[in-house]
Amino acid sequence: MKSSAFQYELPEDLSSALKLLNSNDLDILPLAGGQSLMPMMNFRVAQPDILIDLNKIDSLKNITIEGDYVRIGSMVRYCELEQSEIIQKHFPLIIHVIPYIAHSAIRNRGTLGGSVSLADPAAEMPSVLITLNASIELSSSNSTRSVNAEDFFKGIFETVRKSNELVTSINIPVSSMPKKFGFYEVTRRHGDYAIAGAVVTSDNGQDNFNDTRVVLFAVSTKPMRVPKSEAALNGNNFNNQDSINEAIDAVTGNSFERDLHNDETTKETLAKVSLKRAIGGLNG
Amino acid sequence: MVDTKTITVTVNNEEYTSTVNVRKNLIDYLREDLGLTGSHVGCEHGVCGACTLDMNGQTVRSCLILAVQADGMEITTIEGLPSEGIAEELKKSFAKNNALQCGYCTPGMLSSALEYLNNGGRANKEEIRRHISGNYCRCTGYQAIVEAIYDVAENGVSK
Amino acid sequence: MTGPKFSFDKPGKYIGQPTERPDTRRLLKGRGKFVDDIQLPRMLHAAFLRSPVAHAKIKSIDTSIAENIKGVVKILKGTDFIGIVEPYVGVLSHLAGLRSAPQMPLAVDTVRWQGEPVVMVIANSRAIAEDAASEIILDLEDLPAATNTEKALDKDEPVIHSEFDSNLAWERTVDVGNVDEVYARDDVVTVEKQFLFGRHTGVTLEARATIANYDPSENQLDIYYSGQAPHMMQFIYAKHLDIPEENVRVTAHDVGGAFGIKVHTYGDEIATAAAAKLMERPIKFLADRYESFMSDIHARDHVINSKMTVSKDGKILALEYDDLTGIGPFSMYPRTSAIEANQVLNLTGGPYTIPNYRANAKVVFQNKNMMCQYRAVGHPIAMALCDGLLEEAAAAINLDSVELRKRNLIPDDTYPTTSTTGMKLDDLSHQKALSKLIEMMDYEKLKKENADLKKQGMYRGIGFCSMIEVTNPSPMFYGIGGAPIASQDGATIRLDAGGGIHVASSVTEQGQGTNAVLAQVAADVFGVDMDRVQVTTGDTKTTPYGGGTWASRGAGIGGEAVYLAAEALKDQVLDVAGVMLQSKPEDLNIDNGHVIDNLSKEKRMSLADLARTVYYRGNELPSDMSPELIATRHFRVTDTPFVFTNGAMAAHVELDIETGIVKILNFWAVEDCGRVINPMLVDEQIRGGVVQGIGHALYEECLYSDDGQLLNTTLADYLVPMATEMPEIHVGHIETPTKTSVLGAKGAGEAGTGGAPACIINAVNDILRPLGVTNYQIPMTPNRLLDTLRSAKI
Ligand SMILES: Cc1cc2nc3c(=O)[nH]c(=O)nc-3n(C[C@H](O)[C@H](O)[C@H](O)COP(=O)(O)OP(=O)(O)OC[C@H]3O[C@@H](n4cnc5c(N)ncnc54)[C@H](O)[C@@H]3O)c2cc1C
Ligand code: FES
Ligand code: FES
Repeated sequence: MKSSAFQYELPEDLSSALKLLNSNDLDILPLAGGQSLMPMMNFRVAQPDILIDLNKIDSLKNITIEGDYVRIGSMVRYCELEQSEIIQKHFPLIIHVIPYIAHSAIRNRGTLGGSVSLADPAAEMPSVLITLNASIELSSSNSTRSVNAEDFFKGIFETVRKSNELVTSINIPVSSMPKKFGFYEVTRRHGDYAIAGAVVTSDNGQDNFNDTRVVLFAVSTKPMRVPKSEAALNGNNFNNQDSINEAIDAVTGNSFERDLHNDETTKETLAKVSLKRAIGGLNG
Repeated sequence: MVDTKTITVTVNNEEYTSTVNVRKNLIDYLREDLGLTGSHVGCEHGVCGACTLDMNGQTVRSCLILAVQADGMEITTIEGLPSEGIAEELKKSFAKNNALQCGYCTPGMLSSALEYLNNGGRANKEEIRRHISGNYCRCTGYQAIVEAIYDVAENGVSK
Repeated sequence: MTGPKFSFDKPGKYIGQPTERPDTRRLLKGRGKFVDDIQLPRMLHAAFLRSPVAHAKIKSIDTSIAENIKGVVKILKGTDFIGIVEPYVGVLSHLAGLRSAPQMPLAVDTVRWQGEPVVMVIANSRAIAEDAASEIILDLEDLPAATNTEKALDKDEPVIHSEFDSNLAWERTVDVGNVDEVYARDDVVTVEKQFLFGRHTGVTLEARATIANYDPSENQLDIYYSGQAPHMMQFIYAKHLDIPEENVRVTAHDVGGAFGIKVHTYGDEIATAAAAKLMERPIKFLADRYESFMSDIHARDHVINSKMTVSKDGKILALEYDDLTGIGPFSMYPRTSAIEANQVLNLTGGPYTIPNYRANAKVVFQNKNMMCQYRAVGHPIAMALCDGLLEEAAAAINLDSVELRKRNLIPDDTYPTTSTTGMKLDDLSHQKALSKLIEMMDYEKLKKENADLKKQGMYRGIGFCSMIEVTNPSPMFYGIGGAPIASQDGATIRLDAGGGIHVASSVTEQGQGTNAVLAQVAADVFGVDMDRVQVTTGDTKTTPYGGGTWASRGAGIGGEAVYLAAEALKDQVLDVAGVMLQSKPEDLNIDNGHVIDNLSKEKRMSLADLARTVYYRGNELPSDMSPELIATRHFRVTDTPFVFTNGAMAAHVELDIETGIVKILNFWAVEDCGRVINPMLVDEQIRGGVVQGIGHALYEECLYSDDGQLLNTTLADYLVPMATEMPEIHVGHIETPTKTSVLGAKGAGEAGTGGAPACIINAVNDILRPLGVTNYQIPMTPNRLLDTLRSAKI
C-alpha cells in the first residue's frame, strides 16, 4: 500500500518545528527515523495531514554531558548511541541492549526519541530508561517540561506527550548507571520485538541487591515496574535463591496483556522466565 | 493536494535532479522515476529487507524513507556495486554458491552482506546469520547465502 | 538410430555437475526483469477495495467521491464484469462429486471472505487508485459467517452457497483390508492422536503481479505474468474473456518465487485483464503484502483424528483417520481445492507396507480466504500423520522408531509395487535412504548425547520422517479431469548461424534453476559449450506447448523433452555433416561446438561453418537435401500416473522447556530424486524446501478471529523463517533413476517441504513424550508448547 497524501515540512530548527506543530488542529505527525511511522503510513493506519520531518534539526542530534546528567537528543539514532563514547562509558546497559533491537538497517535510522514517543509496549528502550531513572524532556512552542520515564508511558502507543509537544531529549543522571544489570528477552526470531522481557538493575558494588529496579516489557500495555520484586531483592545477596524466587513469584498478580500469538498465561510465564534469566545474567 | 518537491540525489555516482511527490518512497522513486529496478519491494513495512540499499555509507530500508529525504544523499543500489573489490568478490561467491534462486531478495542480501564485510565481519557463520537476519529469503534456505558471505570473509579479495 | 547416443556411464561435462546458473549473472547485476520492473506507455494502475467482512450482502456501492479524484480513470464493480467475464467453477470430473459455485473476478452481490475483491479502481498511479478506493462507500448487510472448520457441516451453521444443501464440497473414503478385524485382536497396540494443521501461506517475496495489455486492432491480449503455468493462463484468459487462444500471449520473465501460490486463477488478475480489454490500455496490478496475505491461496487447514495399530513385534497392521479440511468459500479454479485432501488419502503411509487402511476426507467451505495447492500439496500432512503415529506406536511398544521404520518400509528390492492406497511405486530406495541418513547423523551417538544432556536439564530430541513425493505427473493428475493443464512439455532446439543453440521450453523458471538445467542437458547431449546455449522459457508465443512448472516436473519432464530434442537436432546436424564431409553420419559426432570424427576425435568442421553453409550457401548442398537445423520433441510420462521419489530426513532439536522455544540444532535430508542433473541446485532446492517446512512446523499461521477476520497481514505478525534460527541442512543423495525416461530425473522441489514438518513435530514430541505429554498442533508455537508443558511431569 502507498501512503496517503500529506504536506511535507522540513524545519531546520526546533522552534520552527514547534511552531508548525502548534499551527492548527490538523493531524500533524513528527517524523523521526520513520522505522515505525513509515510502515504505519504505508499501511494507511497513520494518515497525517502534515508530516514534520525532524531530520534536519541538528540540535536534537547531540549526546552531551550537562552537569550531572547525560542529555541524549531525541533524534540520536540507535547506531549513533552505540558508537557514542559517552554512552559506552556511562551506560553499558544501553550498549548491551541495542543489538536486540531489530536489525542494523533499522537501527541505522531509528531514533531513541522515536522509540520513546511511539511507546510500543514491546520495545526495549522504554524499560531500560525506566531502570536508568531517565527523564523525558518535552517542548512546545511556549514551554518545556521534564517527565520521569516511569510516568511518561501511559499505555499502548500512548504517552503523556501532548500533540503540540515534541520529545526533545532523554536525560539520564550520570549516577544512574547501576553497577549491575541484567537483561533478558524472549523472542522467536533474532531481532523481533520481544514476547516478554526483563531489565533488572542494582546499584551496588558489594554483594547485595540495593536500589533494585525491575521492569518487565512486552507483557502489558506499557513497561511494567514490579516494586514487590524489587523489595524482595533489596538488601539480599545476589545469590540468595530464596529472595530471587520471591522476586519471581511477585510477578504473579500483575495484569498481563495477550498479543496475537500469546495468551495472558504465557505472558506471565515468560515474564517470570525473563526475570529469572535477567537476574541470572546479572553482570559483575 | 499534490505536494511536490525538487531534490538532488546522487545514485550510483550519477547526480539526478527530480521533482517528486512528497509521499513517494525512495524505493519507488529509484524504480519508477530513475528506472533502477534492481532494488525490490517485498513488503513496504520494513520487515523483509528486499529494498535494503546503501545511503551515505549505511544500509537503510528504502521503503521506509521518503524520496524527499534522500535530497543531498549518496545512494548505491545493486546496479551501482563496483565490479571490483569486495562487492565483485561477493557477487562471484553468490553465483558460485548458488546463494540466490529467484534473486528477489538478492539486492537486499548483498547490501546487508557488504555492510557486514565492510565493517570487518568475521568468517563466522553464526555472526553472519545474525547480520542477515533482517533479510527474508523464501527460496534458498539461507545456507548458501551464509556460505557465500563466509567464503568472502575468509578469503577476502582474491587477485 | 539405435538407442541414445549420449552415455550416462561417464560423467558429462555438465550433467551431474554443480554448474553455475547463467541466470545469476543478470540477477546479481540488478538486471532481472520482474513484472513490476516493466513500464509500458500509457499504463494505468489498479487497486482493489476488498471486503472488510467475511460474509455479507452487497446493498450498494457509492463511488461518487472516488470517481472525482484527479487521476482516477475508471471504477469497476462486480456487476460491470457480467457479460465480459465468463464465470468459472473449480471442479474436475475425476474428483467425483466435487462441487463449487461459479465465481466472478469481483464479488457481485455477496462477499464471502474478508479480502475478496469488491471494487476495482484504475488510476494514473497506484497511490491515487488507493486514495480513491478508500473513499468508496460499501453498504453491506452482514450475514452470519461459517468460519469454524469443525462446525462447517453442522445443521445450524450458515450454508455459504444457497444452491447447496450444506458446506460440503467433496468427500472421499478409502477402505482397504479390514481395520476392524485388526482392532478386535488382543495382541496389538493402538495409538490415537488428533492432528491440527493451521493455515499458512506461500509468502513469495515478490507478491503476485500482472500487467495486461490489449490491442483492439488485432484483438490481442498480452499478459506479463509472475507465475508458473503460462499456457494454462493463456487458456483461461482466452476462454473467460472470449478472445481466441492464439491471440493471448502470456509471458513470464523473472518470477520472485512461486511455490504453487502463482499457479491459480485470482479474481484480481482476471479483472486486470478484463479491464485492459475494456479500456484498451495496459494496466498493472501488484498485490501488496497486505493483499497477499488476504488473497494469495492459503494452504493446509486440516483437523485429523487418527489411529495406528501395530503388532507387539513391530508390524504396522492398520491405519485409520478422518481428515476435515477447510477450503474457503470456493474451490479454486482450475486446479480445485480438493487435490490436497485427495493427496493426503493417496500418500499417507506410502513408504510403508500397511495392510489395512481406512480413511475419509471431507472438504468443506468456509468464509475464509481460499485454500489450494501449495508446495508439496498434501505431503506434509500425509507424512506428519503417518510418521507421527509411527513414533507414537514405537514408544507404545518400546521399540526404537528407526527400528520400527526398518521393519515396515517397503523393501528396496520389491519394486515395482503398489501402495496400500493403490499408487504405483517404482525405483524407490527407502531402506538405502534411511541407512544413509542414520550414518550421516551418527544416530546412536546423538541419542546417547541427548540422554546425557537430559541429566543436565537440557531437553533435546530427534525426529524422523521417511517419505515419498509425487513428481513428474502424467495426465492422470489434472488433464483427465478436464483441466487445461498440460502434463506433457516440449522443447525446441535450433542451431543458429553462429554455431550456438537456442532452446525454447514450455517449463518455467522461478529460481529453481530450470533454465540452467535445460542448458546443461542441451549442451551435453548436443555437444556445445554451455555458454553457447540460450534458453527461453515462460512465453506462450515462442515456446512449445506445455504445463509449466509445478509438482516438481521441470527437470524430469522439461529436461527429458530437451534431451530428446537435442538428440534429434544432433541427428539432423550429423546428416548434413555426413553429406558435407563425405562421411557416414554414424562415424561423426559433435563435441565442443565441432563436428568431429567419432574414432580419432579429430575436428572436422565447426558448427558455425555447418550452419552458415546451410543458411547462407545452400547452393553448396545437393539440391535434393533440405536440411532442418531445428528439432522439437515433447515428453510425457505414460506408463504410471506419477513418478514417485523418496527420502529420509531427520531433525535434532532442543526445547527450552521454560519458554516453549524450539531451537533446531541440525537437519539431515537424504533424497532420491533419480538422476541428479545439478547437485548444487538440487541441494538448495531441498534446503529451501526444508526451511519452508520448518516455517510451517514452528512459525507460520494465518490467524483468524471467530468472525472470519484475518488477524495477521504483515510480515511482522506472520512469522517466516529467518537466517539465524535456521540450522545447517546436510543433504545426501541416493540416485535411482526412473525408468520412465532416458535421463532418469525425478523431481526434487517439494521433498523438503513435505518431510521437514514431520521431522520437527516428531523431534519435539520425542522430548515431550517422556514428560507424559505430546503436542500435534502445528505450528508448534511457544504458547502451545507452554500450554502442553503445563501438564508435563518435569
Ligand atoms: C522490522 C522492524 C523491527 C523492529 N524491531 C524493533 C524491536 O525489536 N524493538 C524496538 O524497540 N523497536 C523495533 N522496531 C521499531 C524501531 O525501533 C523504531 O525505529 C522505533 O520504535 C521508532 O523510532 P523512529 O525514530 O523510527 O520513530 P518514527 O517511526 O519516526 O516515529 C514513531 C512515532 O513517534 C512519533 N515521534 C517520533 N519522534 C518524535 C519526537 N521527537 N517527539 C514526538 N513524537 C515523535 C512519530 O510521530 C511517530 O508517531 C522495529 C522496526 C522495524 C521496521
Ligand atoms: S520492502 Fe522494504 S523492507 Fe520489505
Ligand atoms: S532467492 Fe528468492 S527470495 Fe531469496
